[in-house]
Amino acid sequence: MSTQAIQLEAQIPQLRRYARSLTGDAWAADDLVQDTLERACDRWQLWKAGTDLRAWLFTLMHNLFIDGARRAVRQAGQRVDIDDVAQELATPAGGTDQVLDLQRCLSRLPGEQREVLLLVALQDLTYEEVARITGTPVGTVMSRLSRARTRLRELMEGNLAGPPAVVPLKRLK
Amino acid sequence: MTPHSSPPIDEASLHALADGRLAPAEREALQARLAADPEAAATVQAWQAQRELLRGLHLDVLREPVPPELAAAARAVGQAGASVVRWQRWGGMAAAVLLAIGAGWLARGQWDGMPGSSVMAKARGAEFGHQALVAHVVYSPEVRHPVEVAAAQQEHLVQWLSKRLGRPLKVPDLAAQGYELVGGRLLPGDQGARAQFMYQNAKGERVTLYVGALDAGKAGTQASAETAFRFTSEAGTSSFYWIDQGFGYALAGKLPRPDLLGLAEAVYKQL
Repeated sequence: MSTQAIQLEAQIPQLRRYARSLTGDAWAADDLVQDTLERACDRWQLWKAGTDLRAWLFTLMHNLFIDGARRAVRQAGQRVDIDDVAQELATPAGGTDQVLDLQRCLSRLPGEQREVLLLVALQDLTYEEVARITGTPVGTVMSRLSRARTRLRELMEGNLAGPPAVVPLKRLK
Repeated sequence: MTPHSSPPIDEASLHALADGRLAPAEREALQARLAADPEAAATVQAWQAQRELLRGLHLDVLREPVPPELAAAARAVGQAGASVVRWQRWGGMAAAVLLAIGAGWLARGQWDGMPGSSVMAKARGAEFGHQALVAHVVYSPEVRHPVEVAAAQQEHLVQWLSKRLGRPLKVPDLAAQGYELVGGRLLPGDQGARAQFMYQNAKGERVTLYVGALDAGKAGTQASAETAFRFTSEAGTSSFYWIDQGFGYALAGKLPRPDLLGLAEAVYKQL
């Protein structure tokens, strides 16, 4: 196996986890990872050896993710409700319910906000790195982060009281 | 209760505080101001709680084996380049020989010409050493989550990793060399699970010990392949690696070679 392939393969677990958090379902996530890896292979010569491979891959994944219309059409009809795959989802120390709640609330954030929040909090990237990955100024990153955190807080606190008012994002299109 | 009127705290600082991005002095100054601003303090607290929840999200995915179709997609890298395709058409054996040549060059005279160790065993050892370097480079800069299981739970760590690697593991003690165990994590390797133990000295310098089974009996090589210490270095990170009873060990770090060798010898003696 080539050095490049080893380096790339070593990134797959991180990419899968991020994609799972971003899309909220296992199939869509691995689809996104697959597309990202294929694009990485196509454009490998554009990666500057020695620079952060993970950040470069996130940039590729970001570009694929925001190309959401095409993706949504392709996946129409095979989306899986998160409640149906509860057993397959993570069960860390916090308990399943909390994780499901978190993923459900995350899924209601606009994609661009969810992305920034996950890159900052889950992937522990700096605001400057996130700005480079998403191709936006740091100021935009900060305002998306702010909206994401405020909205997530409302959703998480609101979840404690009564059933969620579901507004499928797709319908907004 | 000093009645001074300070400007409202800007939100960017609150994010930076929640994300741990402030220098200690800035952090303390901001925390002092938050004491007088319960609403902002509550916001930061809520964001930190969110952050902690997010850090735990889908952690199990990291431990799942990589789906074959994704691994295959990663392996396609480099095939776009015509020269690489040509190499790969020659098949696995040619690739292995190529790896061995590459490894020999990397080791720069460190190969002791071990009698009985075949080209294939060397190639696998070199690949193992390289994977240890990659794992070191990926995880050692992690500030918040350098390991999955911290040293405080050493018993659990050893049990867990021993179980996953299918062999009782021992965590070497490097205290005499000034390195404390930070913890460990499980990683995917091309021949099954690998474990990585991380150590850190008082200066915050980290070394990692990478361990995993190498299928030394494969392809007609000797089952009890053992090697002397080998040295490899890429982009400022170096590793000493060796194979012992079918198990590979690699100690990696950004240290001068003699220092790293001293540590590797200490590890070897204890295993």
